Amino acid sequence: MNNYFKVLRPGINSTFQDLGRFGLQHLGIVASGCMDQLSFCISNKLVGNKVSEGALEFAYQGPLLELVGGSALVAISGRVNFNIISKNGDTKQGSPNESFIVSNGDKIDILSTVNSVYGYFAIFGGFKLKEIKGSVSTLVRAKIGPNNGNKLQVEEKIFFNKIESTRKTKKIKIDFDSNYTIRVMKGLQFHYFSKKSQEDFFLREYNISRLTDRMGMRLEGERLENKVSVNIKSEGITKGSIQVPGDGQPIILLSDHPTIGGYPKIANVITADYDKLVQKTPGSKIKFKLVNLAVAENAFQDYVGQF
Amino acid sequence: MLKKISNIGDCGITCDFGDEVNKKTNKEVIKLFNFIRDSVNNKKIKGILNYTPSYNKLIINFELGQTKSKEIIEFIKSNDYSKMTLSEKSKVVEVPVCYDEEFALDIKRLEDKTKLNFQEIVNEHLNTDFFVYMIGFVPGQPFLGDLNSNLYHDRLDTPRIKINKGSVGVVEKFCTIYTFESPGGWNIIGKTPFDLFNINKINTSVLSPGDTVKFKSISKKDLLSFKNE
Repeated sequence: MNNYFKVLRPGINSTFQDLGRFGLQHLGIVASGCMDQLSFCISNKLVGNKVSEGALEFAYQGPLLELVGGSALVAISGRVNFNIISKNGDTKQGSPNESFIVSNGDKIDILSTVNSVYGYFAIFGGFKLKEIKGSVSTLVRAKIGPNNGNKLQVEEKIFFNKIESTRKTKKIKIDFDSNYTIRVMKGLQFHYFSKKSQEDFFLREYNISRLTDRMGMRLEGERLENKVSVNIKSEGITKGSIQVPGDGQPIILLSDHPTIGGYPKIANVITADYDKLVQKTPGSKIKFKLVNLAVAENAFQDYVGQF
Repeated sequence: MLKKISNIGDCGITCDFGDEVNKKTNKEVIKLFNFIRDSVNNKKIKGILNYTPSYNKLIINFELGQTKSKEIIEFIKSNDYSKMTLSEKSKVVEVPVCYDEEFALDIKRLEDKTKLNFQEIVNEHLNTDFFVYMIGFVPGQPFLGDLNSNLYHDRLDTPRIKINKGSVGVVEKFCTIYTFESPGGWNIIGKTPFDLFNINKINTSVLSPGDTVKFKSISKKDLLSFKNE
Protein backbone atom coordinates (compact mmCIF):
# COMPACT_ATOMS: atom_id res chain seq x y z
CA MET A 1 0.00 0.00 0.00
CA ASN A 2 1.38 3.33 -0.95
CA ASN A 3 -1.15 5.80 0.33
CA TYR A 4 0.04 8.37 2.78
CA PHE A 5 0.10 11.99 3.84
CA LYS A 6 3.44 13.62 3.35
CA VAL A 7 4.27 16.11 6.08
CA LEU A 8 5.36 19.35 4.40
CA ARG A 9 5.21 21.28 7.69
CA PRO A 10 4.74 19.49 11.02
CA GLY A 11 3.16 22.32 13.03
CA ILE A 12 4.15 23.32 16.54
CA ASN A 13 3.12 20.35 18.61
CA SER A 14 1.48 17.66 16.52
CA THR A 15 1.25 14.20 18.08
CA PHE A 16 -0.86 11.10 17.64
CA GLN A 17 -3.23 10.53 20.54
CA ASP A 18 -6.17 8.40 21.57
CA LEU A 19 -8.07 8.18 24.86
CA GLY A 20 -4.92 7.24 26.79
CA ARG A 21 -2.64 4.44 27.99
CA PHE A 22 -3.90 3.09 31.29
CA GLY A 23 -2.85 0.75 34.08
CA LEU A 24 0.81 1.80 34.11
CA GLN A 25 0.97 4.86 36.35
CA HIS A 26 2.46 2.76 39.18
CA LEU A 27 5.46 2.24 36.87
CA GLY A 28 5.79 5.95 36.21
CA ILE A 29 3.85 6.02 32.94
CA VAL A 30 1.16 8.67 32.79
CA ALA A 31 -2.02 8.01 30.79
CA SER A 32 -1.42 10.85 28.27
CA GLY A 33 -4.15 10.82 25.59
CA CYS A 34 -5.97 13.62 23.82
CA MET A 35 -6.29 16.91 25.69
CA ASP A 36 -9.83 17.81 24.56
CA GLN A 37 -11.78 14.54 24.64
CA LEU A 38 -14.98 15.92 23.14
CA SER A 39 -13.26 17.41 20.07
CA PHE A 40 -11.15 14.27 19.71
CA CYS A 41 -14.16 11.94 19.76
CA ILE A 42 -16.07 14.17 17.35
CA SER A 43 -13.22 13.98 14.82
CA ASN A 44 -13.65 10.22 14.78
CA LYS A 45 -17.46 10.33 14.66
CA LEU A 46 -17.28 12.64 11.64
CA VAL A 47 -15.46 9.98 9.62
CA GLY A 48 -17.43 7.01 10.98
CA ASN A 49 -14.70 5.56 13.23
CA LYS A 50 -15.09 4.26 16.73
CA VAL A 51 -14.47 7.26 18.99
CA SER A 52 -11.30 5.76 20.48
CA GLU A 53 -9.44 5.46 17.14
CA GLY A 54 -6.07 7.26 17.12
CA ALA A 55 -6.08 10.75 15.56
CA LEU A 56 -3.58 13.54 15.06
CA GLU A 57 -3.69 16.25 17.71
CA PHE A 58 -2.25 19.66 16.89
CA ALA A 59 -1.81 22.82 18.96
CA TYR A 60 -1.95 26.45 17.75
CA GLN A 61 -0.49 25.93 14.28
CA GLY A 62 -1.20 22.54 12.68
CA PRO A 63 0.58 20.66 9.90
CA LEU A 64 0.59 21.11 6.13
CA LEU A 65 -0.07 17.69 4.62
CA GLU A 66 -0.10 16.41 1.04
CA LEU A 67 -2.02 13.30 0.12
CA VAL A 68 -0.07 10.82 -1.99
CA GLY A 69 -2.04 7.88 -3.42
CA GLY A 70 -5.79 7.14 -3.22
CA SER A 71 -8.59 9.31 -1.86
CA ALA A 72 -9.41 9.56 1.80
CA LEU A 73 -12.32 10.64 3.97
CA VAL A 74 -11.02 12.97 6.66
CA ALA A 75 -12.22 15.52 9.21
CA ILE A 76 -10.78 18.31 11.32
CA SER A 77 -12.46 19.09 14.62
CA GLY A 78 -12.18 22.01 17.00
CA ARG A 79 -12.16 25.72 16.26
CA VAL A 80 -9.72 25.56 13.38
CA ASN A 81 -8.83 27.73 10.39
CA PHE A 82 -7.59 25.57 7.51
CA ASN A 83 -7.38 25.50 3.72
CA ILE A 84 -7.76 22.70 1.23
CA ILE A 85 -5.43 23.19 -1.73
CA SER A 86 -6.32 21.02 -4.72
CA LYS A 87 -3.73 19.48 -7.02
CA ASN A 88 -4.28 22.22 -9.62
CA GLY A 89 -3.58 24.91 -7.02
CA ASP A 90 -7.13 26.06 -6.21
CA THR A 91 -7.38 27.01 -2.54
CA LYS A 92 -10.61 26.96 -0.61
CA GLN A 93 -11.28 27.46 3.05
CA GLY A 94 -12.13 24.25 4.89
CA SER A 95 -14.99 23.74 7.35
CA PRO A 96 -14.06 22.22 10.70
CA ASN A 97 -16.37 19.67 12.30
CA GLU A 98 -17.42 18.43 8.87
CA SER A 99 -15.86 15.49 7.05
CA PHE A 100 -14.57 15.83 3.48
CA ILE A 101 -12.86 13.82 0.76
CA VAL A 102 -9.32 14.57 -0.36
CA SER A 103 -7.67 13.13 -3.46
CA ASN A 104 -4.16 12.42 -4.69
CA GLY A 105 -2.09 15.61 -4.73
CA ASP A 106 -4.47 17.63 -2.54
CA LYS A 107 -2.99 19.49 0.39
CA ILE A 108 -4.52 20.29 3.76
CA ASP A 109 -3.02 23.38 5.35
CA ILE A 110 -4.02 23.64 9.02
CA LEU A 111 -3.22 27.31 9.62
CA SER A 112 -4.26 27.81 13.22
CA THR A 113 -6.66 27.09 16.00
CA VAL A 114 -9.00 30.03 16.65
CA ASN A 115 -9.29 31.33 20.23
CA SER A 116 -8.41 27.83 21.34
CA VAL A 117 -5.38 25.56 21.57
CA TYR A 118 -6.09 22.04 20.29
CA GLY A 119 -7.62 20.57 17.16
CA TYR A 120 -7.83 17.03 15.74
CA PHE A 121 -7.36 15.44 12.33
CA ALA A 122 -9.02 12.05 11.85
CA ILE A 123 -9.32 9.69 8.87
CA PHE A 124 -11.90 7.04 8.02
CA GLY A 125 -10.38 3.63 8.85
CA GLY A 126 -7.67 5.16 11.00
CA PHE A 127 -3.97 5.90 10.56
CA LYS A 128 -1.49 3.03 10.50
CA LEU A 129 -0.02 3.43 13.98
CA LYS A 130 1.90 1.07 16.21
CA GLU A 131 0.21 0.52 19.55
CA ILE A 132 2.44 0.67 22.61
CA LYS A 133 0.87 -1.00 25.66
CA GLY A 134 -2.59 -0.81 24.15
CA SER A 135 -2.51 2.81 23.05
CA VAL A 136 -1.24 5.04 20.25
CA SER A 137 -0.93 8.08 22.52
CA THR A 138 2.41 9.87 22.37
CA LEU A 139 4.36 10.93 25.45
CA VAL A 140 7.19 12.95 23.93
CA ARG A 141 9.03 13.46 27.23
CA ALA A 142 9.59 9.70 27.66
CA LYS A 143 9.63 8.88 23.91
CA ILE A 144 6.67 6.56 24.29
CA GLY A 145 4.19 6.08 21.46
CA PRO A 146 4.00 5.65 17.68
CA ASN A 147 6.50 7.58 15.60
CA ASN A 148 9.12 6.54 18.22
CA GLY A 149 7.41 8.80 20.70
CA ASN A 150 8.19 11.92 18.68
CA LYS A 151 6.19 14.88 17.51
CA LEU A 152 5.37 14.92 13.82
CA GLN A 153 8.50 15.67 11.76
CA VAL A 154 8.87 17.35 8.40
CA GLU A 155 9.08 14.97 5.41
CA GLU A 156 7.68 12.01 7.32
CA LYS A 157 4.91 9.91 5.82
CA ILE A 158 1.66 9.21 7.65
CA PHE A 159 0.21 5.96 6.35
CA PHE A 160 -3.46 5.10 6.67
CA ASN A 161 -5.64 2.03 6.39
CA LYS A 162 -8.48 2.73 3.94
CA ILE A 163 -8.97 4.46 0.62
CA GLU A 164 -12.38 6.09 0.41
CA SER A 165 -13.90 8.34 -2.20
CA THR A 166 -17.65 7.74 -2.16
CA ARG A 167 -18.74 7.69 1.47
CA LYS A 168 -21.11 10.47 2.50
CA THR A 169 -19.67 13.32 4.49
CA LYS A 170 -21.06 14.35 7.84
CA LYS A 171 -21.35 17.56 9.86
CA ILE A 172 -21.65 17.88 13.64
CA LYS A 173 -22.65 21.12 15.27
CA ILE A 174 -20.73 21.80 18.47
CA ASP A 175 -21.44 24.56 20.94
CA PHE A 176 -18.03 25.46 22.27
CA ASP A 177 -18.34 26.69 25.83
CA SER A 178 -16.38 29.93 26.04
CA ASN A 179 -17.35 30.67 29.65
CA TYR A 180 -14.27 31.33 31.76
CA THR A 181 -15.52 29.71 34.97
CA ILE A 182 -13.83 26.40 35.77
CA ARG A 183 -15.52 24.24 38.39
CA VAL A 184 -13.27 22.54 40.95
CA MET A 185 -13.53 20.40 44.06
CA LYS A 186 -11.40 21.01 47.15
CA GLY A 187 -7.94 19.45 46.93
CA LEU A 188 -6.36 17.12 49.47
CA GLN A 189 -4.31 19.94 51.00
CA PHE A 190 -6.90 22.74 50.74
CA HIS A 191 -6.52 23.29 54.49
CA TYR A 192 -2.79 24.06 54.04
CA PHE A 193 -3.72 27.51 52.74
CA SER A 194 -4.59 30.59 54.76
CA LYS A 195 -8.24 31.57 55.13
CA LYS A 196 -7.58 34.59 52.93
CA SER A 197 -5.92 32.49 50.22
CA GLN A 198 -8.76 29.95 50.30
CA GLU A 199 -11.13 32.85 49.59
CA ASP A 200 -8.84 34.55 47.07
CA PHE A 201 -8.62 31.36 45.08
CA PHE A 202 -12.31 31.55 44.26
CA LEU A 203 -12.74 35.35 44.19
CA ARG A 204 -9.80 36.36 41.99
CA GLU A 205 -9.18 35.78 38.32
CA TYR A 206 -6.11 33.86 37.18
CA ASN A 207 -4.16 34.58 34.05
CA ILE A 208 -2.95 31.63 31.96
CA SER A 209 0.79 31.99 31.42
CA ARG A 210 2.81 31.12 28.32
CA LEU A 211 4.44 28.31 30.29
CA THR A 212 1.63 25.95 29.42
CA ASP A 213 1.83 22.67 27.56
CA ARG A 214 0.45 19.12 27.65
CA MET A 215 2.10 18.57 31.04
CA GLY A 216 0.71 21.54 32.90
CA MET A 217 -0.82 24.99 32.83
CA ARG A 218 0.91 27.67 34.91
CA LEU A 219 -1.30 30.42 36.26
CA GLU A 220 -0.48 33.94 37.40
CA GLY A 221 -2.52 35.77 39.98
CA GLU A 222 -2.97 36.43 43.67
CA ARG A 223 -0.18 34.65 45.53
CA LEU A 224 -1.55 31.78 47.62
CA GLU A 225 -0.19 31.63 51.14
CA ASN A 226 0.66 28.18 52.47
CA LYS A 227 0.48 28.03 56.27
CA VAL A 228 1.50 24.40 56.77
CA SER A 229 4.27 23.25 54.42
CA VAL A 230 5.21 23.99 50.81
CA ASN A 231 6.25 20.37 50.36
CA ILE A 232 4.32 17.20 51.08
CA LYS A 233 5.39 13.59 50.98
CA SER A 234 5.36 12.73 47.30
CA GLU A 235 2.08 11.18 46.27
CA GLY A 236 0.34 10.02 43.09
CA ILE A 237 -1.05 12.71 40.83
CA THR A 238 -4.39 12.95 39.09
CA LYS A 239 -5.07 14.89 35.89
CA GLY A 240 -6.67 18.26 36.70
CA SER A 241 -5.01 18.59 40.11
CA ILE A 242 -4.07 22.19 40.95
CA GLN A 243 -0.78 22.22 42.83
CA VAL A 244 0.76 25.25 44.48
CA PRO A 245 4.58 25.32 44.76
CA GLY A 246 6.49 27.66 47.08
CA ASP A 247 6.02 30.74 44.89
CA GLY A 248 2.27 30.61 45.55
CA GLN A 249 1.30 30.51 41.85
CA PRO A 250 -0.93 27.57 40.93
CA ILE A 251 -0.09 24.97 38.27
CA ILE A 252 -2.86 22.80 36.84
CA LEU A 253 -1.55 19.34 35.98
CA LEU A 254 -2.70 18.23 32.54
CA SER A 255 -2.71 15.00 30.50
CA ASP A 256 1.09 14.43 30.43
CA HIS A 257 1.58 15.22 34.16
CA PRO A 258 4.37 13.60 36.20
CA THR A 259 3.03 10.48 37.94
CA ILE A 260 4.08 11.52 41.44
CA GLY A 261 4.53 14.95 42.97
CA GLY A 262 5.43 16.70 46.19
CA TYR A 263 3.50 19.98 46.13
CA PRO A 264 0.25 20.59 48.01
CA LYS A 265 -2.93 20.54 45.95
CA ILE A 266 -5.51 23.24 46.59
CA ALA A 267 -8.19 21.93 44.21
CA ASN A 268 -9.06 19.55 41.37
CA VAL A 269 -10.80 20.48 38.11
CA ILE A 270 -13.96 18.45 37.54
CA THR A 271 -14.07 16.16 34.51
CA ALA A 272 -16.88 18.08 32.81
CA ASP A 273 -14.78 21.28 32.66
CA TYR A 274 -11.42 19.78 31.66
CA ASP A 275 -11.88 20.14 27.87
CA LYS A 276 -12.97 23.74 28.27
CA LEU A 277 -9.93 24.46 30.45
CA VAL A 278 -7.29 23.00 28.11
CA GLN A 279 -8.62 25.02 25.19
CA LYS A 280 -7.95 28.33 27.01
CA THR A 281 -5.09 30.21 25.37
CA PRO A 282 -2.16 31.82 27.21
CA GLY A 283 -3.06 35.36 28.19
CA SER A 284 -6.74 34.57 28.78
CA LYS A 285 -8.31 34.54 32.22
CA ILE A 286 -10.10 31.88 34.22
CA LYS A 287 -11.97 31.90 37.50
CA PHE A 288 -12.54 28.93 39.78
CA LYS A 289 -15.87 27.92 41.24
CA LEU A 290 -16.19 25.46 44.12
CA VAL A 291 -18.59 22.52 43.67
CA ASN A 292 -19.14 19.26 45.54
CA LEU A 293 -18.96 15.67 44.26
CA ALA A 294 -22.70 15.42 43.52
CA VAL A 295 -22.62 18.55 41.34
CA ALA A 296 -19.50 17.27 39.54
CA GLU A 297 -21.10 13.89 38.85
CA ASN A 298 -24.26 15.52 37.51
CA ALA A 299 -22.18 17.86 35.36
CA PHE A 300 -20.45 14.80 33.94
CA GLN A 301 -23.80 13.36 32.83
CA ASP A 302 -24.53 16.58 30.90
CA TYR A 303 -20.99 16.53 29.48
CA VAL A 304 -21.18 12.95 28.13
CA GLY A 305 -24.58 13.75 26.64
CA GLN A 306 -22.68 15.75 23.98
CA PHE A 307 -20.66 12.77 22.76
CA MET B 1 -3.62 0.67 58.59
CA LEU B 2 -5.87 2.47 56.14
CA LYS B 3 -6.77 5.66 57.97
CA LYS B 4 -8.90 7.61 55.56
CA ILE B 5 -10.29 7.57 52.02
CA SER B 6 -10.86 10.95 50.32
CA ASN B 7 -12.02 12.07 46.89
CA ILE B 8 -9.58 13.66 44.48
CA GLY B 9 -11.88 15.52 42.15
CA ASP B 10 -14.69 13.43 40.67
CA CYS B 11 -12.61 10.62 39.15
CA GLY B 12 -10.02 9.75 41.79
CA ILE B 13 -9.71 8.69 45.39
CA THR B 14 -6.80 8.57 47.78
CA CYS B 15 -6.34 5.90 50.43
CA ASP B 16 -4.31 7.43 53.23
CA PHE B 17 -2.26 5.19 55.53
CA GLY B 18 -1.04 7.91 57.90
CA ASP B 19 1.87 10.33 57.96
CA GLU B 20 4.77 7.95 58.59
CA VAL B 21 7.23 7.28 55.80
CA ASN B 22 8.60 3.86 56.65
CA LYS B 23 8.55 0.33 55.30
CA LYS B 24 5.77 -0.76 57.62
CA THR B 25 3.38 1.90 56.33
CA ASN B 26 4.48 1.43 52.73
CA LYS B 27 3.91 -2.35 52.95
CA GLU B 28 0.28 -1.66 53.90
CA VAL B 29 -0.01 0.62 50.86
CA ILE B 30 1.49 -2.07 48.62
CA LYS B 31 -0.94 -4.68 49.94
CA LEU B 32 -3.91 -2.57 48.88
CA PHE B 33 -2.16 -1.78 45.59
CA ASN B 34 -1.68 -5.53 44.91
CA PHE B 35 -5.29 -6.20 45.84
CA ILE B 36 -6.63 -3.48 43.49
CA ARG B 37 -4.34 -4.58 40.66
CA ASP B 38 -5.48 -8.20 41.04
CA SER B 39 -9.12 -7.13 41.25
CA VAL B 40 -8.76 -5.15 38.01
CA ASN B 41 -6.94 -8.02 36.26
CA ASN B 42 -9.53 -10.56 37.44
CA LYS B 43 -12.34 -8.21 36.42
CA LYS B 44 -13.76 -8.10 39.94
CA ILE B 45 -14.03 -4.33 39.67
CA LYS B 46 -14.65 -2.18 36.60
CA GLY B 47 -13.78 1.30 35.48
CA ILE B 48 -10.39 1.61 37.20
CA LEU B 49 -7.80 3.33 34.99
CA ASN B 50 -4.73 3.66 37.23
CA TYR B 51 -3.53 2.83 40.74
CA THR B 52 -0.46 4.64 42.01
CA PRO B 53 1.18 3.80 45.32
CA SER B 54 3.51 6.26 47.08
CA TYR B 55 5.14 6.22 50.52
CA ASN B 56 1.93 6.43 52.52
CA LYS B 57 -0.92 6.69 50.02
CA LEU B 58 -2.57 4.81 47.19
CA ILE B 59 -4.27 6.92 44.55
CA ILE B 60 -6.88 5.27 42.34
CA ASN B 61 -8.16 6.87 39.15
CA PHE B 62 -11.33 5.72 37.45
CA GLU B 63 -13.53 6.38 34.46
CA LEU B 64 -16.54 8.34 35.60
CA GLY B 65 -18.80 6.87 32.91
CA GLN B 66 -18.06 3.34 34.23
CA THR B 67 -18.09 3.73 38.00
CA LYS B 68 -18.19 6.29 40.80
CA SER B 69 -16.09 6.97 43.84
CA LYS B 70 -18.83 5.57 46.10
CA GLU B 71 -18.67 2.15 44.38
CA ILE B 72 -14.89 1.93 44.65
CA ILE B 73 -14.83 3.01 48.29
CA GLU B 74 -17.47 0.38 49.12
CA PHE B 75 -15.47 -2.25 47.24
CA ILE B 76 -12.34 -1.47 49.28
CA LYS B 77 -14.21 -1.38 52.58
CA SER B 78 -16.03 -4.66 51.95
CA ASN B 79 -12.87 -6.65 51.24
CA ASP B 80 -10.26 -7.82 53.70
CA TYR B 81 -6.96 -7.60 51.87
CA SER B 82 -4.86 -7.10 55.03
CA LYS B 83 -4.01 -10.80 55.31
CA MET B 84 -2.46 -10.93 51.85
CA THR B 85 1.26 -11.52 52.06
CA LEU B 86 3.64 -9.38 50.07
CA SER B 87 6.17 -12.10 49.32
CA GLU B 88 3.99 -13.96 46.82
CA LYS B 89 3.67 -10.83 44.69
CA SER B 90 7.18 -9.50 45.15
CA LYS B 91 10.67 -10.48 44.03
CA VAL B 92 14.30 -9.78 44.84
CA VAL B 93 16.28 -8.15 42.03
CA GLU B 94 20.06 -7.90 41.89
CA VAL B 95 21.28 -4.66 40.32
CA PRO B 96 24.95 -4.40 39.27
CA VAL B 97 26.61 -1.07 40.07
CA CYS B 98 30.01 0.29 39.18
CA TYR B 99 31.23 2.60 41.97
CA ASP B 100 34.27 3.73 39.92
CA GLU B 101 35.19 7.36 40.69
CA GLU B 102 34.27 8.27 37.13
CA PHE B 103 30.62 7.57 38.04
CA ALA B 104 30.60 8.31 41.80
CA LEU B 105 30.26 12.06 41.23
CA ASP B 106 29.31 13.00 44.78
CA ILE B 107 31.39 10.56 46.81
CA LYS B 108 33.60 13.37 48.20
CA ARG B 109 30.53 15.27 49.34
CA LEU B 110 29.26 12.14 51.09
CA GLU B 111 32.63 11.39 52.66
CA ASP B 112 32.75 14.91 54.09
CA LYS B 113 29.23 14.68 55.45
CA THR B 114 29.27 11.12 56.80
CA LYS B 115 32.92 10.97 57.95
CA LEU B 116 33.05 7.54 56.33
CA ASN B 117 35.54 6.66 53.62
CA PHE B 118 34.67 5.61 50.10
CA GLN B 119 34.83 1.86 50.79
CA GLU B 120 32.74 2.15 53.95
CA ILE B 121 30.04 4.03 52.06
CA VAL B 122 30.04 1.45 49.27
CA ASN B 123 29.88 -1.40 51.78
CA GLU B 124 26.91 0.17 53.55
CA HIS B 125 25.18 0.53 50.20
CA LEU B 126 25.96 -3.07 49.21
CA ASN B 127 24.81 -4.48 52.53
CA THR B 128 21.38 -2.86 52.44
CA ASP B 129 18.27 -4.70 51.27
CA PHE B 130 16.34 -1.91 49.56
CA PHE B 131 12.56 -1.98 49.49
CA VAL B 132 10.85 -0.46 46.41
CA TYR B 133 8.56 2.14 47.99
CA MET B 134 7.27 3.50 44.72
CA ILE B 135 8.11 4.07 41.07
CA GLY B 136 7.56 7.29 39.25
CA PHE B 137 8.21 10.90 38.41
CA VAL B 138 9.64 9.53 35.19
CA PRO B 139 8.93 6.04 33.81
CA GLY B 140 10.53 3.21 35.75
CA GLN B 141 12.43 5.33 38.30
CA PRO B 142 12.38 3.46 41.64
CA PHE B 143 12.42 5.02 45.11
CA LEU B 144 14.30 2.62 47.36
CA GLY B 145 14.78 2.55 51.12
CA ASP B 146 16.09 2.53 53.72
CA LEU B 147 19.72 3.55 53.91
CA ASN B 148 21.42 3.33 57.26
CA SER B 149 21.11 6.68 59.03
CA ASN B 150 24.89 7.26 59.01
CA LEU B 151 24.66 7.72 55.22
CA TYR B 152 21.92 10.37 55.24
CA HIS B 153 22.62 13.49 53.23
CA ASP B 154 20.54 16.28 51.68
CA ARG B 155 19.97 16.98 48.03
CA LEU B 156 22.56 19.00 46.14
CA ASP B 157 22.00 22.73 46.66
CA THR B 158 21.98 23.20 42.91
CA PRO B 159 20.53 20.25 41.02
CA ARG B 160 22.49 19.00 38.02
CA ILE B 161 20.99 19.88 34.66
CA LYS B 162 21.84 16.46 33.29
CA ILE B 163 22.24 13.16 35.08
CA ASN B 164 23.09 10.17 32.92
CA LYS B 165 20.77 7.22 32.57
CA GLY B 166 21.74 4.44 34.98
CA SER B 167 23.13 6.78 37.63
CA VAL B 168 22.56 5.59 41.20
CA GLY B 169 21.89 8.35 43.72
CA VAL B 170 21.10 8.76 47.41
CA VAL B 171 19.23 11.43 49.39
CA GLU B 172 18.32 11.11 53.06
CA LYS B 173 17.24 7.51 53.59
CA PHE B 174 16.40 6.90 49.94
CA CYS B 175 18.24 5.59 46.92
CA THR B 176 17.19 5.95 43.29
CA ILE B 177 18.26 4.79 39.85
CA TYR B 178 17.82 7.22 36.96
CA THR B 179 16.04 5.34 34.16
CA PHE B 180 16.25 8.28 31.74
CA GLU B 181 18.74 11.08 31.31
CA SER B 182 17.20 13.89 33.35
CA PRO B 183 17.91 16.81 35.66
CA GLY B 184 18.23 15.92 39.34
CA GLY B 185 19.63 16.76 42.74
CA TRP B 186 20.55 13.36 44.21
CA ASN B 187 24.08 12.49 45.39
CA ILE B 188 25.42 10.21 42.66
CA ILE B 189 27.51 7.27 43.89
CA GLY B 190 27.65 4.91 40.92
CA LYS B 191 26.21 3.69 37.68
CA THR B 192 24.35 0.58 36.55
CA PRO B 193 24.35 -0.76 32.98
CA PHE B 194 21.13 -2.69 33.74
CA ASP B 195 18.11 -1.39 31.77
CA LEU B 196 15.37 -1.25 34.39
CA PHE B 197 12.83 0.17 32.01
CA ASN B 198 12.00 -0.62 28.39
CA ILE B 199 8.57 0.29 27.06
CA ASN B 200 8.89 -2.16 24.17
CA LYS B 201 9.30 -5.20 26.40
CA ILE B 202 6.35 -7.18 27.71
CA ASN B 203 7.75 -6.68 31.18
CA THR B 204 8.16 -2.92 30.83
CA SER B 205 9.66 -2.27 34.24
CA VAL B 206 11.97 -4.78 35.91
CA LEU B 207 10.91 -3.45 39.31
CA SER B 208 7.45 -3.13 40.78
CA PRO B 209 6.43 -1.44 44.05
CA GLY B 210 7.02 -3.91 46.89
CA ASP B 211 10.07 -5.62 45.33
CA THR B 212 13.49 -5.75 47.00
CA VAL B 213 16.73 -4.54 45.39
CA LYS B 214 20.23 -5.80 46.28
CA PHE B 215 23.16 -4.01 44.69
CA LYS B 216 26.22 -5.87 43.45
CA SER B 217 29.56 -4.18 42.82
CA ILE B 218 31.02 -4.53 39.33
CA SER B 219 34.16 -3.20 37.67
CA LYS B 220 34.20 -0.60 34.93
CA LYS B 221 35.15 -3.38 32.50
CA ASP B 222 32.02 -5.35 33.52
CA LEU B 223 29.92 -2.23 33.14
CA LEU B 224 31.15 -1.61 29.61
CA SER B 225 30.66 -5.21 28.51
CA PHE B 226 27.28 -5.69 30.19
CA LYS B 227 24.58 -6.97 27.82
CA ASN B 228 20.91 -6.31 28.53
CA GLU B 229 18.73 -9.23 27.45
